[in-house]
Amino acid sequence: MKAYLVGHANYLLIIAIMMIGLYTLMSREHLIKKMAGLSVFQTAVILFYVSLGKVAGGSAPIIAEGITTYSNPLPQVLMLTAIVVGVATTALGFALVVRIKEAYNTLEEGEINALDAEDH
Amino acid sequence: MQWSILLVVLPLCLAPITALVRHRLLAFLLTQTLTLGLFILSVCLLVSLIDGSQVHYELGGWAPPWGIAYELDTLNSLVALIICGIAFFTTLFGVKTVEDEIPEHLSGLFYAAFQLCILGLLGMALTGDIFNLFVFLEISSLSSYALIAMGKDRKALISSFNYLVLGTIGATFFLIGVGLLYAASGSLNMEDIAIRFHEFDDKQLVSTALVFIVIGMSLKAAIFPLHSWLPNAYTQAPSMISVFLAATATKVAIYVLIRCLFDVYPVEYWMAIVLPKILVGVGCIAIIYGSLRAVNQDNLKRLLAYSSVAQVGYMILGIGLLNETGMQATLLHLFNHGVMKAALFMVAGIFITRTNTILLSELNGLGRDMKWTMLAMVIGGLSLIGVPGTAGFVSKWYLLRAIIETEQWWVLAATLLGSVLSVVYVWKMVESLYFQPKDKPHVHHVSSGQTAIGSTPLLMGVACWSLTLATLYFGFETHWLTEAASVASASLYSDFAAGIAK
Repeated sequence: MKAYLVGHANYLLIIAIMMIGLYTLMSREHLIKKMAGLSVFQTAVILFYVSLGKVAGGSAPIIAEGITTYSNPLPQVLMLTAIVVGVATTALGFALVVRIKEAYNTLEEGEINALDAEDH
Repeated sequence: MQWSILLVVLPLCLAPITALVRHRLLAFLLTQTLTLGLFILSVCLLVSLIDGSQVHYELGGWAPPWGIAYELDTLNSLVALIICGIAFFTTLFGVKTVEDEIPEHLSGLFYAAFQLCILGLLGMALTGDIFNLFVFLEISSLSSYALIAMGKDRKALISSFNYLVLGTIGATFFLIGVGLLYAASGSLNMEDIAIRFHEFDDKQLVSTALVFIVIGMSLKAAIFPLHSWLPNAYTQAPSMISVFLAATATKVAIYVLIRCLFDVYPVEYWMAIVLPKILVGVGCIAIIYGSLRAVNQDNLKRLLAYSSVAQVGYMILGIGLLNETGMQATLLHLFNHGVMKAALFMVAGIFITRTNTILLSELNGLGRDMKWTMLAMVIGGLSLIGVPGTAGFVSKWYLLRAIIETEQWWVLAATLLGSVLSVVYVWKMVESLYFQPKDKPHVHHVSSGQTAIGSTPLLMGVACWSLTLATLYFGFETHWLTEAASVASASLYSDFAAGIAK
């Protein structure tokens, strides 16, 4: 059991980060805090992919003399794309937050819903 | 078949150019030319692949599993045809609504985002690489968040924000699933994963990956109970975007779900866990819940959005029944529902343009003044119910046959209950527009001197009636569409049948 926990320590930590992000996202009223939670959640997935590619004792994937084991570079390359996607999502999210602030003059979800209910 | 890649390359090249255009008409013409080109290409693609042949396209000549390959077959050329056809008519329909709803200096960007959305959906449909699929998913999602936020009302902003949060969770879940599958298989190419599946199918990772992929895609497909973003997003989006997203976005997500369940994972693998039962159960609940909520809506767009939740239920049901007829029903409904829902949202768009309101209570009696628009709505509504002679009947007929084949009578009861409820909400639309005493107040929303209420803009009418006539056409001439659906579902079930024969 102990060996299992130590061997999977990176995954356990990543799951913890993921859950922190998801919990923040769902429990907070404030839209910027929601965006922060979303970012943490996405970052956890990036960490997950990067740790997938690590080979025990492997070096950076550059051909050099005397090195026979390399880490897998593919997950990292994939994550370059995912980081770009994440940045775009965050940017778009913040742009919406700015527009929401202008339109409603508040960023608390409860207050926004109350304002919408009045409109109706 | 080098030209098939143009379906993805053309919008990718044209979108940045359109973004630079400041002139509304020029941006429209660019988009219209693009969508016409895509429409023709997708028709050619389906015509050449309808016999079940496949095209394997390696991007840049890199052989899979290392390079990205596009796998084109009957199934995804049918999906591409749905996207391109709807995109073409939506653009034609949208020229007047964009004028009303989008400021002139933003219209170039608006059309560019629209093209990116088309690109993302087409990419999802055509690619054979599961990570590439994620990237296209995000392209289409990000552009649709931006497009929805351009709605007139401030509620559009908050709807778009909620869609962004939920959509990103869905896409990230899909990404986690892909990561787990990659950890087990070491490959991202769908075909490669499927061929070598027996080498790693005993690993627990593989079933965890399946759960993540299915939940992520269900969020994008708005499958009950993950549909909460859909009604607000469709209601608040600009008219043109409501039409396009309602007809295509959830359909492509369902296609991806089918692809993952049948072509990446073998059917026997997920048949053993309870997944088919869940799909059938969730489908039935979605049909009843969506229809019940639709009955209570006063806002026409919201009513149609909830009806979409119900219609997605029919498609999921067809997958969960696990027979070829059911899959055929799902594929037919992908197409037929796209056509009729687009026509109905176009009717809603015409109401907005002419009267500035979409609340049924304010549209009382208007049907007698807007005869042709109303007729289009009645035909679309009959098709939603599934009356013989309309496209909706064909897909429902196949679905009923599939249910009877599996002898699950409670599913039959749920489907029939859903149909009864759809009669109720379609009647609700017809009743308030035809049979209520005519109100004058709806004219209050129109500023004096404005003549918009007098007649439907030509292009809007043309687009709306083209799709309405298509609804009737596909109700009578069912030959090639059912053939495409049966070829596609036979190829999805071919591996399964071979496995059973062994």
